[in-house]
Amino acid sequence: MAGSNKINITPPRWLLAELTYACPLQCPYCSNPIDYAKYQSELDTEDWKRVLTQARKMGAVQLGFSGGEPLTRKDLPELVKHARDLGYYSNLITSGYGLTEEKIIHLKEAGLDHIQVSIQASSQELNDHIAGTTSFQHKKEVAHLVKKHGYPMVLCVVIHRENIHQMPQILEMAEELGADYLELANTQYYGWAHTNRDLLLPTKEQFEQAEQIAQAFKEKVAGKMKIYYVVPDFYEDRPKACMNGWGTTFLTIAPDGVALPCHSARELPGLDCPNVKDYSIEQIWNESKAFNFFRGFEWMKEPCNSCDEKEKDFGGCRCQAYLLSGDMYAADPVCSKSLNHHVIQEAIDSAKASALANNEKPLIFRNSKNSKRLS
Amino acid sequence: MSINPDQTIKFSPMHRLQWEEVQQKDVILYPEGMVELNQSSAEILKMCDGTRKLDQIVADLEQKFATTGLVNDITAFLEVALKNGWIQQN
Repeated sequence: MAGSNKINITPPRWLLAELTYACPLQCPYCSNPIDYAKYQSELDTEDWKRVLTQARKMGAVQLGFSGGEPLTRKDLPELVKHARDLGYYSNLITSGYGLTEEKIIHLKEAGLDHIQVSIQASSQELNDHIAGTTSFQHKKEVAHLVKKHGYPMVLCVVIHRENIHQMPQILEMAEELGADYLELANTQYYGWAHTNRDLLLPTKEQFEQAEQIAQAFKEKVAGKMKIYYVVPDFYEDRPKACMNGWGTTFLTIAPDGVALPCHSARELPGLDCPNVKDYSIEQIWNESKAFNFFRGFEWMKEPCNSCDEKEKDFGGCRCQAYLLSGDMYAADPVCSKSLNHHVIQEAIDSAKASALANNEKPLIFRNSKNSKRLS
Repeated sequence: MSINPDQTIKFSPMHRLQWEEVQQKDVILYPEGMVELNQSSAEILKMCDGTRKLDQIVADLEQKFATTGLVNDITAFLEVALKNGWIQQN
């Protein structure tokens, strides 16, 4: 808990720089907060440079430029250059929207190490529907250009009920585009995905079938393409080791400068997440209430506190515990030992009922209008 | 996958080998990931500059550390490195 100084604090390794909440896409599973539209202010270039310098000095080495769509920031090449000079490994996490060959070359010269392009589906119709924007052909062109200019290319596809049946075609597409890595990210149900869960959560049978196909493909392309498979935790019986433990490894900076122990943490009550405009990264990481809140094990309740697996999974995800049980100190309900575990089955049943209903409600797309309406 | 003794070995251009001051160790960086290296692994990878073959790497390291009998350990590590895509041959 806050103020505890008994815990050995490890330095940050990963810095996620959410440069902006602006995005031309409207994916209904976006991990940005539902109320993102109310955060209008963005850090300026000098703020970001200071953050990068301070975090690097502490030991952060992997850097993700994310958003929103980070390409909407005009100063991206300048930030990339600053990051390279400091010795970061820079990852651009982009929809590809607005990325031209000229920009790809410019960013390479500035020192960008890798570009991760997201594609929403393997067909134009479904991709453009999910993205809420005509973007499929352009994304494929961008993927080719990323390879052409010598970057390692990660293709990221978020998996959910609308596209899970396309798994074989998605794998084929990744091979055709020459991806070095394919991230098959089963939707995590936070933010917009939580709102749209009834429409996005696949059945267990769908998951198992898709996973089998992906596993077989993994063996086929071993040595050529690496597959990162983000597990669907609703169908696990132990929670994920979220963020590798709170305040141990990951540092997220939101567009307005708020520092978060994970990108969903601004949804948790009472953390008083600090802003980089008021404090240094060192103060934030070592001394802030937010970053010490769930460090170590003292905050735990039963069944976590006496659990012999607590050092492996840290009780799971605090945001998921809060979203699904209303108690951020509780065990992640994904865990079969959790007293709230039944809410997972209820969510699965509810999604299945929605899929079978004749009048399935429409997806709520991530845009400013919906953000204002829902918050 | 095994090391071809007749071909030179080079570190993969898709990865970066870098000294980390805070951690006091060398690391391999790649998209969204990092491998921390012990000193001997790092010394072997630094020899993979595209000019040396396996026997030259072994000879140079044995000379550098004034020892002998490293061939098995070095070969075993390079095979792991090749499988992970950290090094390339051709």
